[in-house]
Amino acid sequence: MVAARPTLWESGRMMFSVHVEVRLRPGIADPAGATIERSLPHLGFEGISGVQVGKSIRFSLEAADEASARVEVEDMCRRFLTNPVIEDAVVAVEALEGSPA
Amino acid sequence: MTTRVGVVLFPGSNCELDAMEAVSSLGGDAVVLWHGEATVQGVDAVIVPGGFAHGDYLRPGAIARFSPVMAAVQAFAEEGGPVVGICNGFQVLTEAGLLPGALQKNAGLKFLCTTVDLRVETTRSALTAGAEVGQILRVPINHFEGNYTCDADTLALLQAEDRIVLRYLDNPNGSVDDIAGICNAAGNVVGLMPHPERAISELLGSVDGTVLLRSLLDAPSRV
Repeated sequence: MVAARPTLWESGRMMFSVHVEVRLRPGIADPAGATIERSLPHLGFEGISGVQVGKSIRFSLEAADEASARVEVEDMCRRFLTNPVIEDAVVAVEALEGSPA
Repeated sequence: MTTRVGVVLFPGSNCELDAMEAVSSLGGDAVVLWHGEATVQGVDAVIVPGGFAHGDYLRPGAIARFSPVMAAVQAFAEEGGPVVGICNGFQVLTEAGLLPGALQKNAGLKFLCTTVDLRVETTRSALTAGAEVGQILRVPINHFEGNYTCDADTLALLQAEDRIVLRYLDNPNGSVDDIAGICNAAGNVVGLMPHPERAISELLGSVDGTVLLRSLLDAPSRV
């Protein structure tokens, strides 16, 4: 018999919604962005520049508070979710409703 | 003594048989190193072959770094064992931190599948010890993310320490300083985008990969 996991309320921890946007650093080749930019005028969309294609990674994270959630996500970005040589991350962390405040 | 070369096999590798055939044709003994086993099985040299390890999910090489075999490859490299990463294998070695920098997407938007001229820039690496500086080699390339990049300090270090192993004569992908391959400070870990294992027979259009792979086969006896 496995002991029941303590609820978030019992553990005093919170659940956060995390969004990591992975972007290519300035100067890094973005052939997908360049191709989209060159294609748009064929559909009549004019005046478009600076198209960039990145990655969007979303997940839920349990943590003690928002600051520690952010520290953990930034560590993930540095060590795994991005390659810091060629990519930057923009991190958004938001407490999910129902989490103990 | 016959050199035993371990060829790492990840899910999604697709050049492991070419690498093993090349090793065998040069008189070596090739064995598969399954990615899920944390051992290099006592081999004398390791090749991390081309392909799409773990589907290139997230980034080329990003997931392969976590395969149990990579801890063993890292330990083998730290002991001075010769390790060569070819194409996707080069990407894996940079993601694993065994080599500096990264491979970004090719400048010019295209996947490249052609044969290029390379110049041997140093003989202090496990892959070029038997070649001559200035030697020109015709070797195939086959990649989308082969555009080597690193920060200015790293590039200066690579240049100062004679760690640029091969350069393109006519840069096909935008790589900084025309870099086709680099090595670590000790010279035993080498990464390159071109495929020497596909240039070992006139039937394939070139035998110029032979001098590179023969250097690797001879590397253990030089240590």
